Amino acid sequence: MQQLEYETVDLNINMGPQHPSTHGVFRMVLTVDGEVIVDVDPVIGYMHRGGEKLLETLDYRQGIGIMDRTDYLGNFNGEQVYCMAAEQLYGFEVPDRAEYLRVICTELNRVASHMMFMGAYGTDAGVFGTTFTYGFIERERIQRVFERLTGERMMYNYFRVGGVAWEPYDGFERDIRDVIPLLRQGIADFNGLLTTNEVFLARTRNIGAITAERAIDYGITGPMLRASGVKYDVRKDEPYSIYDRFDFDIPTGTTGDCYDRYLVRLEEIVQSLRIVEQALDQLPATGPLMPERYPRMLRLPVGEVYSRIEGPRGEYGIYLVSKGGNKPYRCKIRPPSFCNLSALREMTVGEYVADAVIILGSVDIVLCEVDR
Amino acid sequence: MIALQSYIFGLPWNWLDAIIRVVLIVLLMTLLVLGLTYIERKVIARIQLRLGPTRSGPAGLLQPVADALKLLTKEDLRPALADSWVFQLAPFAIFVPTFMAFVALPYAPGWGIRSLSLGVFYILAMTSVSIVGWVMAGWGSDNKYALLGAARAAAQMVSYEIPLVLSVVGVAMISRSLDIGKIVNDQGHIPYIVLQPLGFFIFVTAMLAELNRTPFDIPVAESEVVGGPFIEYSGIRWSMFQLTEYSSAFIYAVLGADIFLGGWNWPLGYHFGLWLQLLWTIVKASLLILSVFWIRATFPRLRIDQLMSFAWKLLIPLTFAQVFFNGLVLVYGWPSVFLLVFSGVALVFAAYGIQMTVRNSVRRPREQRMDSVRRWAEAREGAGQAPSPLVQQLLREERERAGATAAPSP
Repeated sequence: MQQLEYETVDLNINMGPQHPSTHGVFRMVLTVDGEVIVDVDPVIGYMHRGGEKLLETLDYRQGIGIMDRTDYLGNFNGEQVYCMAAEQLYGFEVPDRAEYLRVICTELNRVASHMMFMGAYGTDAGVFGTTFTYGFIERERIQRVFERLTGERMMYNYFRVGGVAWEPYDGFERDIRDVIPLLRQGIADFNGLLTTNEVFLARTRNIGAITAERAIDYGITGPMLRASGVKYDVRKDEPYSIYDRFDFDIPTGTTGDCYDRYLVRLEEIVQSLRIVEQALDQLPATGPLMPERYPRMLRLPVGEVYSRIEGPRGEYGIYLVSKGGNKPYRCKIRPPSFCNLSALREMTVGEYVADAVIILGSVDIVLCEVDR
Repeated sequence: MIALQSYIFGLPWNWLDAIIRVVLIVLLMTLLVLGLTYIERKVIARIQLRLGPTRSGPAGLLQPVADALKLLTKEDLRPALADSWVFQLAPFAIFVPTFMAFVALPYAPGWGIRSLSLGVFYILAMTSVSIVGWVMAGWGSDNKYALLGAARAAAQMVSYEIPLVLSVVGVAMISRSLDIGKIVNDQGHIPYIVLQPLGFFIFVTAMLAELNRTPFDIPVAESEVVGGPFIEYSGIRWSMFQLTEYSSAFIYAVLGADIFLGGWNWPLGYHFGLWLQLLWTIVKASLLILSVFWIRATFPRLRIDQLMSFAWKLLIPLTFAQVFFNGLVLVYGWPSVFLLVFSGVALVFAAYGIQMTVRNSVRRPREQRMDSVRRWAEAREGAGQAPSPLVQQLLREERERAGATAAPSP
């Protein structure tokens, strides 16, 4: 009888760039052995728009608009870090009122981004859209305030180098105070819908865990790092802006698995709301929004500066090199989710195909920011 | 005279009768699916704080019709490398068994297409045949997602067939019949859900798995395999899958209503006219269907290994235990309250067990997780290939860590 020779070939599954749960145009080439992932090859760059190069061609006022378009879920955070870098180089003193407005905006933006994560993460875990609409409705409450404040729903372009662009509308404070209890209710909704759900627990616990040492090795920051148990938050460790005036906690996880990342983000919403409330209490009623001596054309002195903030996804940094003139010579963005994504292979190898989606979701990537 | 009556249009009378019944089933299926898709979209939309379809027709009532028309006029696409025959036959292989299962479904006394004395057996047998169509669709599509989905579907539907059948066997033992009509009539005062709560919950769980509904929608998982076996289908073929999905949801709901919830019996044995009895069956079936929709809107999806261990480690032993205990009670003629006691206690323990297992689940050791990766890497080395550098590094670190644990530092 003839002996048949069969060759076993690996099954490569191409997940993305058109796939509902790769959060944009991300591509993973999974090598699977049955249902177990034995190798994963992440492919990025589909959203690359040359943002950093573009920043070199735009002056400091226009560059803020590009920063809006890198992390489109945490726009204010992107604006903040860019403005901060330019301010450090020039030596601006940002007026108090502008600082408070910035803190309110960035913290609410963090809440909106995390709410979005909650919704998308539920969908990754398999809930048919319910968490998605719940997350979106909470985000929408914040978006409405932002829309009234800036006239835009996503690309706010509200911060300026040195302050903020214009006075908030009448009733801005009241609107936010109205929204905060609703957001707290939203957190309770998510607790009921996901946090205690047995299926969700079974799907996310002990999945994609990464130890604190490995997380630090990879340069992971933000909620992912804190989920691994490292209490690192730029707002506490290197207080920028006026974060030293607020009382808030840094939530940390223990195991660094997907469930801890979810919990850390949920707790961060609570802490951000605390900061917003304190900032509203301390917000000066009147005052300038821009420095008094402001040049007509902003030209930064020769020099270089690295400024960083705690974005919704981690440490958002900008390395700004100026050779004089009204445009940056080089503007290197350190995008948090790009760095967090680098640990994807370590987290995913050995898990099941279905978990790849959960793990990728727990990184909470924004592809515009990964590819820039 | 007799000859005249039994031949109409040159065909024997029973042929015409059969044709009429077949047309009835097709009409029923189509209307049901139209209605159910509308209801599902509305119900889920309300749960999700949305409105659902509102534009076409009053309150969006014509939306399913519009959808059906769109699907009918859509181009019938077929992947170039698809296995043509398998690809085209798969929708029928799924559709026909469901269609045939409809035959034996009773809605009110004497109201059904055919009343079979082995009705339960027939329906369960027929609905489980459609797995062939799933595998055909997955294989024929020439798509890796479809293949993965089909493999998952095969594993899942075969596994959950067992608890489904065994939970029904428990009822059949008490009723001593496989005729659905007789099973329903036996529940004049007490529906079998009271005697067999465990059986009912296992039936609903297995039903969700057989229907590929959340939390067991693993074969068609939208966020993982993007529709599974149906990924390459479009137009009329896809709508046949859709038709089958909702029809089988209806079949299982009516079956569950008939054999567990007392079918057309009103509580406490009151007797009403045919139409009210029919309504009562439909109400009970609707409750089951609505609960399926409700679960779909609020539950995440299980993973395939969790799904399998749930079936084989929990549901199947429980159903066997229930069948065994039912046998004891029936053979020794103990009062039927014992059925309730055992079934209820087992249900409570099962629920507690699930909760405890999930909450106290220990971390899967990393070594175990990397085992399959190591096996794969070794097989690749045998074939003269090497895994990617990072996987090699991970495996190396794994070995170092294992060495470190084997020889603890003093």
